[in-house]
Amino acid sequence: MINFQYLRAGSTEKALALLAKDKNASFIAGGTNLVDLMKKGVSSPDKLIDINKLPLKDISLEEGHIHIGALASNAAVADHALIREKLPLLSMALNKGASAQLRNMATVGGNLMQRTRCGYFYDITMPCNKRKPGSGCGALEGYNRMHAIFGHSENCIAVHPSDMCVALAALDAVVVIGQPNGERRIALSEFHRLPGKTPQLDNNLKANEIILGVEVPLNTYGRHVQYLKVRDRSSYAFALVSVAAALELDGNRIREVRLALGGVAHKPWRLTATEAFLRGREFDPALIREAANRSVAEARAFKHNKFKITLAAESIVQALSEASQQS
Amino acid sequence: MADNKEKPGTPSPGRRNFLRDSTLITALSLTPGAVLKAASEKADERFAELFEKIPLRLTVNGQAHALSVEPRVTLLDLLREQLKLTGTKKGCDHGQCGACTVHVDGERVNSCLSLAVMNEGKEVTTIEGLAREGELHPMQAAFIKHDGFQCGYCTPGQIMSAIACIREGHARTRDEIREYMSGNICRCGAYPHIVDAIEEVQKTGGKI
Repeated sequence: MINFQYLRAGSTEKALALLAKDKNASFIAGGTNLVDLMKKGVSSPDKLIDINKLPLKDISLEEGHIHIGALASNAAVADHALIREKLPLLSMALNKGASAQLRNMATVGGNLMQRTRCGYFYDITMPCNKRKPGSGCGALEGYNRMHAIFGHSENCIAVHPSDMCVALAALDAVVVIGQPNGERRIALSEFHRLPGKTPQLDNNLKANEIILGVEVPLNTYGRHVQYLKVRDRSSYAFALVSVAAALELDGNRIREVRLALGGVAHKPWRLTATEAFLRGREFDPALIREAANRSVAEARAFKHNKFKITLAAESIVQALSEASQQS
Repeated sequence: MADNKEKPGTPSPGRRNFLRDSTLITALSLTPGAVLKAASEKADERFAELFEKIPLRLTVNGQAHALSVEPRVTLLDLLREQLKLTGTKKGCDHGQCGACTVHVDGERVNSCLSLAVMNEGKEVTTIEGLAREGELHPMQAAFIKHDGFQCGYCTPGQIMSAIACIREGHARTRDEIREYMSGNICRCGAYPHIVDAIEEVQKTGGKI
């Protein structure tokens, strides 16, 4: 690992001031992704600003939403009584991510900021437009079994690896961002970007900003939620496809529904058209099958990941069915 | 592996100290910018290294340490290379295998992905800190009883993780144990015996 200058920030203002001083500075919280990237030589900041002392660990019930501080660990959120009761989908998604050790270290803000696990991004001897703009995409004609089937571009077909973000996208979460002179809010589904011509940009956080937390609106899905994660082994692996599903049922009628996919795009893939299709209809197997087929109609696969289209459709069917049966 | 003895031809401690001290004085007289520039150009690595080491206080297995480390040193390397606590193993060094699992302030973490300097003021427990007055920790004893290992390389991490798994309340069923132990890979495949050991310790209900 290339050495760097290490600083600790005691307040958000100090953290932002330190960040503004150096173009190649980076915040570090849990470090589970950044330290790995630094060991691999993918990332080499001159300066690391340790933000763990910032007072951003709170998880609290507010007017109409639950606030989760950016520095709350993934384990603390997943196991928090308030989250388990009010946002079980988020708890499920978090517990299906990484390992118990990593969940103790990794933070909510870091989870939002984590980078793709595309092998070509991680291997500095390979071309990668995300790591080195203009160098090409190794995955496009390479081994692309884990890669995107939605929203990709000729410059990048990597996927965002988070489970937490998929659940948060389905739950209409909002990211709270600190700036030198205030705050701003952005819908989580607008936080991450599609690769387009600028795959080096994972998200819309600006260089002088810091994530303060997320706000998740209270909802009426109750226990009718499911986070289904399909992977190469039964635990501790990134998703081939994952589905976050939430239903509000009135008898058999679908009053409200949320659906988002993970492992298929450069960002959590919210299925708003499918939600609109399902809203107000009677829940039955034929309808769910039709919804799943519609959801993948626009999918475009590559040489090694064609299976993901079928897998995504089948996973949507399973997740919605299981969500409807939860009690 | 590590040979602490002086090798023939290496400078004597006196000369080494003189070099270190005099270099440090030179370093301190320069501006940080110049030092960083020297470091980036690798003009004088030794010089830069001395300047960039920062103080770190932490407690390991109940013993307080006042150390000086480079920011890039991981907690794993600090334990193994500086404190000579080699029970904690380096497997993948990328947070994928769990061999480096230790407890920091009572929580299990991958020490390979934790920068040592980020553990200022914290309490670290490693496999060496488990036994009490010559008595094995119940989890250590259970691993032996149930043959929870073959080559043993993953074992310190497995045991640290297993203790945390019970303390967290995530060892109520065999399935739950398997799920919450998935961050510890055993290439010998001792998994069924590891689960046996954890299940037994969990069922005894004692404080671990």
